[in-house]
Amino acid sequence: MDAALQFISEFRQEIFILVLAIFLGIEVISNVPSVLHTPLMSGANAISGVIVIGGIILLGHADLSNPGPSVIIGALAVFFATLNVAGGFAVTDRMLEMFRKKRNPKS
Amino acid sequence: MPFEITDAGMVFLDLSYLIAAVMFVIGLKMLSRPDKARAGNVWAAAGMLLAMITTLIFHKNAEGQNIAFQNILLVLAVIAVASVMGIVIARRVKMTAMPQLVSLFNATGGIASALVALIESGDPGNNSQMVTLLGMATGSIAFSGSLIAYGKLDGKIRDWLSPLMKYINLSLLLILIAMIVFMLLPMADPGLFKMLVYVLFFFSIVYGITFVMPIGGADMPVVISLLNALTGIAAALAGFIYSNQAMILGGILVGAAGMVLTLLMCRAMNRSLLNVIVGSFGGHTGEGGRQVAGSIREISLSDAGILLNYSQKVVIVPGYGLAAAQAQHICSELDTLLSDRGVDVRYAIHPVAGRMPGHMNVLLAEANVPYEKLVEMDHINPDMPNVDVVIVIGANDVVNPAALDDPSGPIYGMPIILAHAAKNIIVIKRGMGKGYAAIENSLFFNDKTRMLFGHAKEILQKLVTEIKGME
Repeated sequence: MDAALQFISEFRQEIFILVLAIFLGIEVISNVPSVLHTPLMSGANAISGVIVIGGIILLGHADLSNPGPSVIIGALAVFFATLNVAGGFAVTDRMLEMFRKKRNPKS
Repeated sequence: MPFEITDAGMVFLDLSYLIAAVMFVIGLKMLSRPDKARAGNVWAAAGMLLAMITTLIFHKNAEGQNIAFQNILLVLAVIAVASVMGIVIARRVKMTAMPQLVSLFNATGGIASALVALIESGDPGNNSQMVTLLGMATGSIAFSGSLIAYGKLDGKIRDWLSPLMKYINLSLLLILIAMIVFMLLPMADPGLFKMLVYVLFFFSIVYGITFVMPIGGADMPVVISLLNALTGIAAALAGFIYSNQAMILGGILVGAAGMVLTLLMCRAMNRSLLNVIVGSFGGHTGEGGRQVAGSIREISLSDAGILLNYSQKVVIVPGYGLAAAQAQHICSELDTLLSDRGVDVRYAIHPVAGRMPGHMNVLLAEANVPYEKLVEMDHINPDMPNVDVVIVIGANDVVNPAALDDPSGPIYGMPIILAHAAKNIIVIKRGMGKGYAAIENSLFFNDKTRMLFGHAKEILQKLVTEIKGME
């Protein structure tokens, strides 16, 4: 019980952001047409690569003169997260480009 | 006393996170509008780039040190390699492999979260152990689950069903929860804690596999969307470790949006999320499904050609079979041919047709079908009685009238495309196999229905040749 209270008081701000973000997330994508389900999911997927910031912090402050697991695992985390971000946004763009092309009637 | 700014860098960093978060929100909002979606994607990407750059420049650790120069170089090198790889993969992969690719990228995001949490959980100064462990578990589940989903979509892994699966999954889940609770209790031995962290990591990976393994077929859109939400949640939980607003907001935004999409998919099948996860209906042998009376009638290609050629309104109902047969291009050709002869051709899209949310839209867009022709189920259904011919290509359960009139059947209550209301129905199908729900489809036995058995691509090809030969 104490631990829970301590947790809440320690992370007041973060919990605040978290709860409001849930509502924001629901609000933002309500009424999305099914045409956009795939690109929306793919774009959101790229945003979840925001963990790359955690990876950068981890690898950024790792001690390179004495490389331990945090260097290797940190580098892997940055690598995978960046793959998610770059690949995710690129593939979403490619999908949406395809949708746009369709506007002009076939020649 | 005047207010003193002790560290301008930290202020810049916080400000940049705020801007990045706002850009994520704007990007996501625009992504849900057809005319602005592409710009929305760029907004979100720019927000991400901003947050990455400012983190590198301004972030300070607990001792107040900035990121050292050689670390910056290392980080940049890793980012450069991964970016090039990611973009090349995204550009090169065939559009038809899109569902797999989205799953694969989701897996990489999940493992990144798990790895960050794995390292941070070893830090005794970390006072958010609960969220760290939760984040690690969530990220690992999203990782292995997405890899399995990738394998399934790519046809490398088959659905693996066993009545035992339900109990294995439930026990694994309970073990995970019990472990996390136990690890939060004060522990004298730091070595034990460290070991338990790795055990938890391992069990989470295993759970991701066993959780996705039995789910397949028409339930894939739900699972993919759910895994997507999990990755977002994992990133947000990792954000707690660093008290990082951009990570929390970005992650939760994705988590919430992913959950909305997941529930949307569930609703399109009239099933609860729990029902999809625990009891997939693929394994049951059509219990409760009613026997269907009537007979199957085939139609010759030339008769089908004539029927289509002299119709005014044609609606195509695509399903996973269209994607599996790679028949989207020839389908588009048939559409063009008929449209040029004055036939009004549209597509009826069921929300869960295919293997991921919006699968049919991407598939047909790739084949240059104008997206105005793709009509959502609710909009096309009222017009169905006026349609001369409905062509069902590789779809089954989404056009099964049992959803409307057979309360004993497993799909009762699921919204369907009212193909049976049209004047004529042509069903292109490989054989008389049943759909994912493993029940008979009375549509095939309808007096107005004619069957064209064979591989969708070949059948459509012959149909196109047939119609071309007509005046």
